[in-house]
Amino acid sequence: MNNLKIIFDYDTWQEIFSSIAKNKTRTVVTVIGVLWGIFIYITLSGSAKGLDNGFDREFQDMAMNSMFVWPQSTSIPYAGFKIGRSPRLTIQNVKTLKQQVPEIEYIAPRNARGVRSGPPASVVYGDILRTYNIYGDYPEYTEISTKKIYKGGRFINNSDITNQRKVCVIGERTKKELFEEDDNAVGKFIRIDNVYFKVVGVHKYNPGGGFETDGDIFIPFETFRNLYNTGDKVNWFVIAAYDNADVIAVEKKVKKALKRIHNVSPDDERAFGSFNLGELFNRIKGFADGMTFLSLVVGMATIIAGVIGIGNILLISVKERTKELGVRRALGATPGEVRIQIVLESIFLTLIAGVLGIILGAVTLATINFFTQDLADFPYTNPTVPTPLVLGALLIMTVMGTLIGLIPAQRAVSIKPIDALREE
Amino acid sequence: MIQISNLHKSYKMGSNSLHVLKGINFKIDEGELVAIMGSSGSGKSTLLNILGMLDIADEGNYLLDNVLIKDLTETTAANYRNRFLGFVFQSFNLINYKNALENVALPLYYQGLRRKIRQQKALEYLKKVGLLNWAKHLPSELSGGQKQRVAIARAMASEPKVLLADEPTGALDSNTSREVMSLIQKINDEGKTILVVTHEIDIAKMCKRIITLKDGVIVEDKKTDQILL
Repeated sequence: MNNLKIIFDYDTWQEIFSSIAKNKTRTVVTVIGVLWGIFIYITLSGSAKGLDNGFDREFQDMAMNSMFVWPQSTSIPYAGFKIGRSPRLTIQNVKTLKQQVPEIEYIAPRNARGVRSGPPASVVYGDILRTYNIYGDYPEYTEISTKKIYKGGRFINNSDITNQRKVCVIGERTKKELFEEDDNAVGKFIRIDNVYFKVVGVHKYNPGGGFETDGDIFIPFETFRNLYNTGDKVNWFVIAAYDNADVIAVEKKVKKALKRIHNVSPDDERAFGSFNLGELFNRIKGFADGMTFLSLVVGMATIIAGVIGIGNILLISVKERTKELGVRRALGATPGEVRIQIVLESIFLTLIAGVLGIILGAVTLATINFFTQDLADFPYTNPTVPTPLVLGALLIMTVMGTLIGLIPAQRAVSIKPIDALREE
Repeated sequence: MIQISNLHKSYKMGSNSLHVLKGINFKIDEGELVAIMGSSGSGKSTLLNILGMLDIADEGNYLLDNVLIKDLTETTAANYRNRFLGFVFQSFNLINYKNALENVALPLYYQGLRRKIRQQKALEYLKKVGLLNWAKHLPSELSGGQKQRVAIARAMASEPKVLLADEPTGALDSNTSREVMSLIQKINDEGKTILVVTHEIDIAKMCKRIITLKDGVIVEDKKTDQILL
């Protein structure tokens, strides 16, 4: 019989099925080894993918090429100034920075109460008094960090700035705490540090945007300036670079420019603090990639261990079946036919285990997904295993199954039929 | 049908060499029923193994139906065994997870016959050994005599030129032995050449010719009055 025909022959499989079905316990135990391997592989790499997707979701509202810069205190005396001076960022710096660092696409100055300076504001509505962090913002800010506003509301716009309107955008928690459940907050007036503000929007909290919380209140920058008498002072800048710019280089340039503007030594590393999301994002992405790689390695290693287990069991099985194989050869089975039968048994067991493992892994991933899909602050979304990885695993298993099957197959053939028949 | 000349075989056991067959010559014609007699160690099983292409002689010629059996690869030997020879073993050697029908059909599978034809032929030979009703039974559900009859059906199914039986009654009581030998006689009557290796003179006497081996040489080769069963 020609070898290719054997593979597609109904009777070959009949032979394989009956010899596998003959020892059910052995088959089940063997299959569990590989099943476990592929299960680990699928679950791990699916979870790694879920983590990856989860991080993507966490950061989707923030421009990845954005950065923050804020003043600290100088550590080197320079240009006649003493050490320990805190440079003061001003609203005029926006223009200068845009001129000196052309990679900047958006720059949003921000002031805040309760975060970097000053106590949080006390906010009153009706007879409820609470404290919240207050931010003074330009509309540009939403170009860098997307703010989702509930229907019927809006974020601060340019005319709020020019007219120094007393309007505010409140957080979803603020709304919940100050207003009744079915009250519409938009249009109502709340008192922020004894000044009445009209609520123009309620923002939906999204994690990953720096120090912000779900209770924050945003008011126009100019209004903030009047309310708290901050003059030209800016607490920090939020800067977004153009898509093709390297935010890490932009971060350096911005700090260099600020040092020049504020008479700080170019070597002073402590005068300005900064932070860029690109780097953080890359680090987290690197972590996720590392997880994927780890799961690949661990999964593959487990699969290989499982397949070796199959080879091992088949070796024992061949030993057990020495006599049977001797009889078959006395009846006319060629060494090739015996060999291919055992190799096919190996491949068959491997693939059955593989498919079962994939199904089990998929079910597990779906279950995990089901229980985590509503957890907003848990970075785990849509855990899937890319098809090429699954097919690759099956391919590797087939190849491994063949190679490992060759060992018992060769053993089976190397025993002479006469010796095999003599064995009791 | 079978022609053996100057057959030698020795086994190496460490530094010693055991000379088992020391120049065997005989000729068996088509349709003969020959018993190969001898006590254990006489070389009768070795001779049968060489005739069955399971073992290779060191020296001498073996012609089977005018085909010189020499320097065979494992694959060719397997094909020759499949087409020319039928084996009956002392311990039956049925495959225990296959039923009677599947056991009988096994050599036909290695002949590459289609499933339907295999089934048909296997049933035909099971009927011949009187076990048609036992076709779906596993070997463990059969008596010793029935197992040996299944084994004979299996050996016959591939329609071999020669049937080689190695102590076919060795594991059976005397009544069952007679049953099995009766079947062998019947098959011989239909023209099949059969060689039976045995150490029991009673069994040998049921054949038509007895070749007696002792210490690796033929000491006697004579026709006998067959005891018909």
